[in-house]
Amino acid sequence: MNVRPGRIAVHIGLILYTILALGPIVLILINAFKTRRAIFADPLGLPNGQTFTSIGFDRVFANADFGLYFFNSLTVTIVSLVLIVLIGAMAAWALTEYKFPGNTLIGLYLAIGIMVPIRLGSVSILRMMVELNLVNTLTALILVYVAQGLPLAILILGEFIQQIPKDLRDAARCDGVSEYRIFFSIILPLISPAIATVAVFTMVPVWNDLWFPLILAPGDGKQTITLGVQQFIGQYVTDWNAVLASLTLAIAPVLVLYLLFSRYLVRGLTAGAVK
Amino acid sequence: MADVSLQGVAKSFGATEILRDINLAVKDGEFVVFVGPSGCGKSTLLRIIAGLENVSGGEIRIGDKRVNELPPADRKIAMVFQSYALYPHMNVYKNMAFGLKFAKTNKAEVDRRVRQAAEILKLTPLLDRKPRELSGGQRQRVAIGRAIVRNPSVFLFDEPLSNLDAALRVNTRLEIAKLHRDLGATMIYVTHDQVEAMTLASKIVVMNHGRIEQVGAPLELYRHPRNLFVAGFIGSPRMNFIKGQVLRVEGNIATIGFAGTEAPLAVRPASLKPGDAVTVGIRPEHMEEGGDDAASLRGTIDAVEQLGESSYVYMRLASGDDVIVRAPGETDAAPGGSYTAHVPRKALHVFDAEGVSVLAERG
Repeated sequence: MNVRPGRIAVHIGLILYTILALGPIVLILINAFKTRRAIFADPLGLPNGQTFTSIGFDRVFANADFGLYFFNSLTVTIVSLVLIVLIGAMAAWALTEYKFPGNTLIGLYLAIGIMVPIRLGSVSILRMMVELNLVNTLTALILVYVAQGLPLAILILGEFIQQIPKDLRDAARCDGVSEYRIFFSIILPLISPAIATVAVFTMVPVWNDLWFPLILAPGDGKQTITLGVQQFIGQYVTDWNAVLASLTLAIAPVLVLYLLFSRYLVRGLTAGAVK
Repeated sequence: MADVSLQGVAKSFGATEILRDINLAVKDGEFVVFVGPSGCGKSTLLRIIAGLENVSGGEIRIGDKRVNELPPADRKIAMVFQSYALYPHMNVYKNMAFGLKFAKTNKAEVDRRVRQAAEILKLTPLLDRKPRELSGGQRQRVAIGRAIVRNPSVFLFDEPLSNLDAALRVNTRLEIAKLHRDLGATMIYVTHDQVEAMTLASKIVVMNHGRIEQVGAPLELYRHPRNLFVAGFIGSPRMNFIKGQVLRVEGNIATIGFAGTEAPLAVRPASLKPGDAVTVGIRPEHMEEGGDDAASLRGTIDAVEQLGESSYVYMRLASGDDVIVRAPGETDAAPGGSYTAHVPRKALHVFDAEGVSVLAERG
């Protein structure tokens, strides 16, 4: 087989990066099934007959609130995701397809949203949520995450929508298809790879976020899983078994969602549309 | 089925004028071809008729109705795009049925129409395929099928053949001509290829710089181009143009001197006076090899292209003009030699300083 040295170098680089990226996850997974003593004695060792235990999981499941936190996280992530993708795609379509006064201005305004981290506005956001009586609700989190995710989503989806040949929309218009139908039946299916990309990019930070749950919804049973894990981390004693077990459980849903979307990450769906 | 009429149609993008004062009447069932160099506004005009572009002025009528304000879907038109514009995520059947679904057509009727169109275009075995699994010619047929199922009054084609290879182009051209005969619908077709225009059209509209230069049947344009642009655009290789001068005018007969010869020609009354500069046009295929008389052009041969059934001789006249002559396939002409070509007087065209034909109408 004829393999160029350049390709080998690239693959070595990629493999190293994969190990780097997967390392912490693997560490969490193997240590979640070990006794406390084994975690500290041999953090890199696989669980064996002596060190295996499911005590962490037992404690997590014994904690009735854990399921609730899980459900909270899932609700926030999925609702934010749907809203970001739907509103983002519609806005991207409007901004690229229709020329109206203020078009460029809105585009620029959104670009600023990518550059300025939303956490800078934490204080005013908190104040606003207090006035709106939204503290300790999932709605507060969803609103913030939608605002956080929209600018980038609009940028990415807009780029993709621009790549859809203009003739396709014109053909649909000649076919008597309404603008809404064009969006839902032609544009959305054609940008599904981009939507998958946006979904993955949006979902992970939302799921992992600790900041906003901590300041906006720290109580009343509205805690998310990242916040829930904190209860096992004490000032003096940390229940590492429970922490690692709950983290293991927390990884699962993102993993499932990722696998779901990664199918569509493959490009080339537009092949055959024109020419 | 419907007439299409354009009155004073104008279009500009910002300060740039794309179309100026377009007046055109397309009769029901006609096959009209818009032809012109790229950028002449022919595609824009087609998109205006389709309703995909707004006009800056003028009126468009399809049938008896003013359609300026109607969206494309309500104009009873169907358009076939250069890029085919098939919906990539739908199979052939759905591509054709998609538009009908929203036109409140019942399912059985949609199915009947799609299958009928597929039958006409020999697409039946391909109905379940996705566009990416089709060849260029097949995609083109699906695009045409999508137009047929809408049962439109007017078909609009935007350079439909330019993405096909040469052999397929000839084939599809014939299929489109046949389709026009079978359906009897009005068809408007845009192309930059004058061969397509000549072979398909019942009426050609030659456009240049956003204006209509001439409208007429293909042979009429070939025989009686109204100006230099049309004369040069229709015909391949293009008409030879030689600088000339008016020597004498007697009544309607002007004697034109060019390239060392002279020819008396019937011109429109009072169109020329002695001393006027003119351009004389003669098509390569109308000149005859040999002959050595007063009406002959002599020159040296620059190049010879042999095509088998004929040859093109590129010669330079003593006057400095370059001329192409279509010679028989077995010509003896060779580069560097001298060459003589007879110019039949009735094949001459004469254009005045503005490039407008001054010849009196010939039968």
